Order: sequence, then C-alpha cells, then structure tokens
Amino acid sequence: MIRLANEQEAAQKKATRAAYGETLAELLGEGMPIVAVDADLSGSTTTSKFAASSEEAARRLFNVGIAEQNMVDVAAGLALAGNVAFTGSFAVFGTGRAYDQIRNTVCYSNLDVKIAPTHAGISVGPDGGSHQMIEDIALMRALPRMRVLVPADYNSAKAALRLAAQTPGPVYVRLGRASVPAVYADGSEFAVGQANVVREGTDVTIVACGVEMREALLAADALADRGISAEVVDAFCVKPLDADTIVASAAKTGCVVTAEEHSVNGGLGEAVAHALAERHPVPVSMVGMRDAFGKSGEFEELLEYFSLGYKAIADAASKVYAKANNC
Amino acid sequence: MADSTQGAMTPDQLRATAQGLRADIIDMICKAKSGHPGGSLSCIDILCALYFGGVMRYDAADPELPARDRFILAKGHAAPALYATLAKAGFIPHDELGTLRKLGSRLQGHPDSSLVPGVEVSTGSLGQGLSIACGLACGLRLDGSGSTVFALLGDGECEEGQVWEAAMFAAHQRLGNLVAIIDANGLQIDGAVCDVCDPGDLGAKFAAFGWKVSSVDGHDLGQLVEAFRQAKAYDGNAPQAIVARTVKGKGVSFMEGQCGWHGKAPSEAEADAALSELAGTEGGAL
Repeated sequence: MIRLANEQEAAQKKATRAAYGETLAELLGEGMPIVAVDADLSGSTTTSKFAASSEEAARRLFNVGIAEQNMVDVAAGLALAGNVAFTGSFAVFGTGRAYDQIRNTVCYSNLDVKIAPTHAGISVGPDGGSHQMIEDIALMRALPRMRVLVPADYNSAKAALRLAAQTPGPVYVRLGRASVPAVYADGSEFAVGQANVVREGTDVTIVACGVEMREALLAADALADRGISAEVVDAFCVKPLDADTIVASAAKTGCVVTAEEHSVNGGLGEAVAHALAERHPVPVSMVGMRDAFGKSGEFEELLEYFSLGYKAIADAASKVYAKANNC
Repeated sequence: MADSTQGAMTPDQLRATAQGLRADIIDMICKAKSGHPGGSLSCIDILCALYFGGVMRYDAADPELPARDRFILAKGHAAPALYATLAKAGFIPHDELGTLRKLGSRLQGHPDSSLVPGVEVSTGSLGQGLSIACGLACGLRLDGSGSTVFALLGDGECEEGQVWEAAMFAAHQRLGNLVAIIDANGLQIDGAVCDVCDPGDLGAKFAAFGWKVSSVDGHDLGQLVEAFRQAKAYDGNAPQAIVARTVKGKGVSFMEGQCGWHGKAPSEAEADAALSELAGTEGGAL
C-alpha cells in the first residue's frame, strides 16, 4: 500500500541518496550480510554513514579509491563470499565506466551485487553535463538479469534499497543528489515488478519515475484546471516493467505521456512504448532528455530549460489527449 | 570426501597427468572447430599443480565446500584448460569435454559459473579476475576463513588498467590470502607482448605495488607445486604474485611460441599430429 505525502510531509525535502547509508546500516543491524564498496565518494553517496553506524559496518565498507571498475568487481568477489554487496560512486561512473564489469561479471554470473550509485540525472546541477548521467536506465535495463528501480523520493528510496537487498541477483537503484519534496508518506510499500497508480483519472495516463513523479502530480493538477483528468502511474520499477498496470490505464484513458529525468533513448518512455505497442497501441508522448547532454545550472532551472518540468508534462498531455480524441 | 590436499601426485605423475590434459585440450578444441589452444597449453601445468599437486583444497562432490580454496581463471579464454582440469578432478564428466562450444553445452567458449560446477565466477572479459579475487579474499577474511584465493592472469592481460587498480587495492587491504599467478607466455593475439604494448617487468611492477613476488619455470611441476605450497602456507599480509615463465602452445612443437595458435583450432590432421607427439613424450598419458 502506498499513501501520498500530505502538504506538511511533502515540505520535508530530502535527497534519495540520504536513504543509502542509513538503510544499509538498518539492514546489517537486521542480520543481512551487507557490505558496501565505494570509490572515494563515500561522503557524497552516504555509504560513510553506513560505516559510522557500527564497528562491524566499518569493517564492511571497502573504499577502493578512484577506481570504479575495481569497485564493481570487488563487490562481485564479496558477493561470491556470501555477502549482499552494494556499490557506490556517482551514476555516470558507477554504471558507465564500469559497464563491462556489471555486464560480464555481475549479470553474467548472476551475483548478489546491487548497483546503487548516486547523483543520477540532471539534478546533479552545477557540475554539468560530464556528471549528469542521463543514459544509466538505458544501460542497466538492457542487461539480462538486471532489475531497475527508480525511486521518486527519500521514502521510496529506502524501500528500493530494502527491495534490492532482499531480491537475489543484480539490481540497479537510481539515486539522486538533489533534495526533493516527499511524494510518499513514510511506510508506503513498494514491490519489484509493480507500478503504482497514485492518482486516478480518465483522460490521459502519465507514467513517470524518479524525480519526475513530483512533476507528474503537479502536471495532473494543472491539467485538471484545463478540464483534463489525468491518471498518474509511478513506474518505480522500470524493469521488470508492470505492463499490466500501464496497459490497463492506457486502455482506460486512450493516451499516455511518459516522464523521466533521463534520455528518451532507451529509458522509461521506450519501455512503456514497447509494452503498449505489443499489447495496446495508443498515442504516446515522451518527456525526457532529447539526445542532448546536460548543462551546468540549478536543478529547477534545468528542469525548465530541458522541458522536464510539470508545465512540459501538462503540455505534452494536452497534445496527446487532443491527438487521441481528434480534437 | 577425499582430501585434495593429501595424497598429492608425485612430479612424475603430475607430468603424465598434464600431458593427458594437453591431449584433452587439443581434442576438445579440434572437435569444437574453434577455441584457444596456445594459452590453454601454456597454463595447464599451473592448473595441474594447483589441483593435483596437493595445493588447493576442494571436493568435486561438494563444489560449494565452504573451506575450499578458490581458483579464478582471469584469462577466461583458457577455458579448455580449466574444463579438462575440472573433468580430471571429477567436477564434470570427461565425456562432456567433447561438447565444448556446442549449442546446449554447459561448456561455453568462456567459463560460465551458472552452468559449470567448480567454476567460481564467469570470466572472459580480461582484466577483471584479479579484482574479483580481491573481493573474494576480503569476504573470506571477514568470515575468518583460512582459504586461499588463486587467480590466474595472462601477461597480455596485464595491459588492462584494471589489473593495476586491483594490485593497488590488494596491497592496501593487506590481502595475504590472495595469490596471483601470471602465465607469462610472452604472446598475445597481435604478436609478442613486448612488441604490442610492453608492460615491462611484471614482477617488478607487482613488487612496486607492495606485493611479495617470486618467479618460477611454469612448466616445472616440482617448482610450481613448491611455489604454490609456500604461497598457501605464507602467513604475512602482502598479496603474492608468482610469475610463471611459460611457452605458449607448450607440448605441441608446431604450436610452441607461435601467436598464430592463440585462437585457432587445429584441423583433424593437425590434432592427430599433436596427439601423437603428446603420447610420445614422457609420461605417455594417452
């Protein structure tokens, strides 16, 4: 069961990465054989908080220095020894630079390694395009055996990290740097392979993930003012995608907008379009990065600049609704 | 179970066994019509010493035995050498060797740990095995295990930068339970390692990273067994590297020292000639 955050709860802004170290500490405390491997970014990823939680945890954080390829394969070796191993670093390095290690060792050997780097997407902000990872979902969802979780806020990030630990085999958890408003109330429950309809509507379906969930809900408010009833679906688990829930919603509304803080090439939008094309073709419009690198700027500015904010989602929804209804 | 560290073969028995495994390698690659004979033949004496010289603890009837020593074939293209060894040790049936690289076989072109008992981890993409071995050594140490992790790398493989990320990490973590063996056959696909992109003196480089380094004749089974036993008995906290000087294609005269035999299967006639030569050499295992 999920419950949306109320206004007071939503005002508590927190980054999804803030869930990382503390959730690992909780899981170790509950008896899971958690280890973490980081690459000189343990303060930024918050795996340092895991290490600070107990002497046992301190022994179970391995800092490999600035060596992301080694990071992933050291995690693989720790998993071979019976541990549930989480890797750190920033998403651009933790997935891109170590892609072959994730592919050929973690996934091919089907190991209990959880790739959970932080600072994914354009929300990294001022560091610029070199650090704004916008193709990680595409890379990770292309890999056989890999599951892909994209939490929208701190509370769902905690759930995602728990699910990753409890799910045997490789899992990718996409975490961000920016503090974002709570979308969900504490205690909301999520599952691998399950999308959640968080707002019901009849005219258009908005399928979003990650920080775009907040924008999708604001877009639904804006659409209501235009007389369009939007259903909002959180594709918290991008792979395996909950095609049943998304197809059922599309069958009801007749058109779909996808929204992701990621490239439209290979991301959530294409995953949703794939499911709809095979099972229930309807007009689809994708909000996401359009074959472009990011730029330096503040997160809110970049949402506007790259047309990823709620206004862009609402405009895309109005257009796809008009197309589906021949108006 | 039979304790693999007891009742070790004598050097003569090991030599005979290695010749038999060489014959298996030639036979299986010939039947597969593709594969990597050169690097399999250069490292088979190393595998023979580890598995049958009383060095590694393992139980073919219980591949997951917690107290086993771990072997990681970083140079995964030498899969035929590993499969022949695992068959001899009883992990897989000898008959299965003929299925190498065939559709439906467990014996993939490069080792797949999800299919083959005794294969600790899938390898094939070079440069990763030493890092995996580091993580495994860290994990075993966390558990208070006395097991040793052996990783077998090629000298050409040491051109991969990740090998040196791992070398740095292993020394920093004081992984005295980790042994890297370098199959220094001097050749890679495009030619001699020193001509393609010379990594220089590998022993000196590992030593510079803080490793305890030794060097052996990689085809002298007596020397290999002694070096591996000493490495396993070592109770210090430096990771150890053993540079094994080898000959690519060792044991088949027309393949020896020829980089053209890195990844080419012998024809039936060539395989017959190789098998005759192997049967005629000391030990005559066939």
